[in-house]
Amino acid sequence: MQKEKVIIAKDLTKRFGNFIAVDKITFCVEKGEIFGFLGANGAGKTTAMRMLCGLSLPTSGSATVAGFDVYKQNELIKKNIGYMSQRFSLYEDLTIRENIQFYGGIYGLTDERIKGKTAFLVKQLHLEGEEKTLVRELPLGWKQKLAFSIAIVHDPAIVFLDEPTGGVDPITRREFWELIYEASERGITIFVTTHYMDEAEYCKRVSVMVDGRIDALDSPSNLMKDYAANSMDEVFLHLARKAVRTGD
Amino acid sequence: MQAVIAENIIKTYRTKKTVAGALKGISFTVDKGEIFGIIGPDGAGKTSLFRILTTLLLADSGYASVDGFDVVTDYKQIRNRVGYMPGKFSLYPDLSVQENLEFFATIFDTSIEENYDLIKDIYQQIEPFKTRKAGQLSGGMKQKLALSCALIHKPSVLFLDEPTTGVDAVSRKEFWEMLHRLKLQGITILVSTPYMDEAGLCDRVALIQKGEILSINTPKGVISEFGKPLWAIRANEMFPLMKSIKENKSVESCYPFGQYHHVVFKSQENSKELLEQIAQKGNYTQVDIHSIEPNIEDCFMALMKE
Repeated sequence: MQKEKVIIAKDLTKRFGNFIAVDKITFCVEKGEIFGFLGANGAGKTTAMRMLCGLSLPTSGSATVAGFDVYKQNELIKKNIGYMSQRFSLYEDLTIRENIQFYGGIYGLTDERIKGKTAFLVKQLHLEGEEKTLVRELPLGWKQKLAFSIAIVHDPAIVFLDEPTGGVDPITRREFWELIYEASERGITIFVTTHYMDEAEYCKRVSVMVDGRIDALDSPSNLMKDYAANSMDEVFLHLARKAVRTGD
Repeated sequence: MQAVIAENIIKTYRTKKTVAGALKGISFTVDKGEIFGIIGPDGAGKTSLFRILTTLLLADSGYASVDGFDVVTDYKQIRNRVGYMPGKFSLYPDLSVQENLEFFATIFDTSIEENYDLIKDIYQQIEPFKTRKAGQLSGGMKQKLALSCALIHKPSVLFLDEPTTGVDAVSRKEFWEMLHRLKLQGITILVSTPYMDEAGLCDRVALIQKGEILSINTPKGVISEFGKPLWAIRANEMFPLMKSIKENKSVESCYPFGQYHHVVFKSQENSKELLEQIAQKGNYTQVDIHSIEPNIEDCFMALMKE
């Protein structure tokens, strides 16, 4: 049985003048899959992700995200995805409850649903009694877990995570991944970039971008077999060392 | 003489409502020519510690010296002797690569030519872009320029605050290779990082969390302190497997590590048999169980829980 595809990209390309930031990438992501999107700085990950999120128009090629076309339906894409990065997450001067209400409201959830979601999130994250705490006062790890939960508050088809765990302590980093697994079991597709190669191994499949192209795409265990490597770190070094381009 | 001495350093930050203890009594020493790693997550106090040692911030109490000079009374001497690369890019974005380097050489009363040997290896990689404005460089090139500027006056002690954060695995590896070549020139290096796997590249490390040092040792020493057998287990159903293991009362901890879960039991007897039972009961498929050596991250998490 063929699984439903949440992302279908074919020859997706983005040029800036003479510079080809993303060079004909072709791949699919299945519903509920945890998909790792790897690449060295400057390989084109951010540009590719911006196209998939409906924030930047491709130069050529095609892609659908959650069934919507990246050229014509980018507003619908934005409504049906979640997004979280290390830089942009929550409003520091709003409380936990206010942040949930704010994002719930933006995504058009009913008051009743927001109420239910607030109760669920507070319980899931063990934040009982902290609803009125300003987000600014939470430790980084809690902020990141809360930011993830709020990024999926509207039960999107897919959530894009851009280096969600940078600088987080190792125990909290793992708690964060438990939340990712749970969301994936509920059918939410996870599209994640990371510099931690052990996290790449938690993904069902990973792609590695080199100089704007996808040079490898498979499950971590198959990639390790193909490159006769003991870890994803070795696979990554092997592929990324070929890069001609450097920088961000 | 030790290159760096820190004795019971305490630093708190106060706002209207809260008092946050950034450093709660930090003590350690760094030998001359050593690469000493300060390993810990964001908020551990790494940057506060570096600012105190580079005389940019005063501690509430405690004593510290760098290259034999007191950080409070002899700050001028220290500023001449240390190189400091802050975590946030702090060069002049509207000066070119070469102008930035000349600026730092001039304020330290030296010239690029005088110490070119020291930076050659690093600077050559960005020299083709020497007329480009620093603000327009890529992350990796900014990092190399910042390191060149921190080295241009031939410091005896180099402080690098999270030089590899947000940098990809290939550039991180290259950066550490550069540090090892600098060590050969006799420079003492204090480097902080949130990446636990970089601990193995230091001569000695201090593991730090919430303003307290959890352990100071060689990387091998930290690992030998772990003290309990560690098991790695995998199956096709990783997430349910973790739930089953955590439910077992004999289990002390279970953390995912790439394709395996790492498991520690409260008591050491029959632990492999216990894991086999858990795997059988849950009908997990393609199970693999074997004993492994802990890594620094295993040790850090065990120490965090103590």
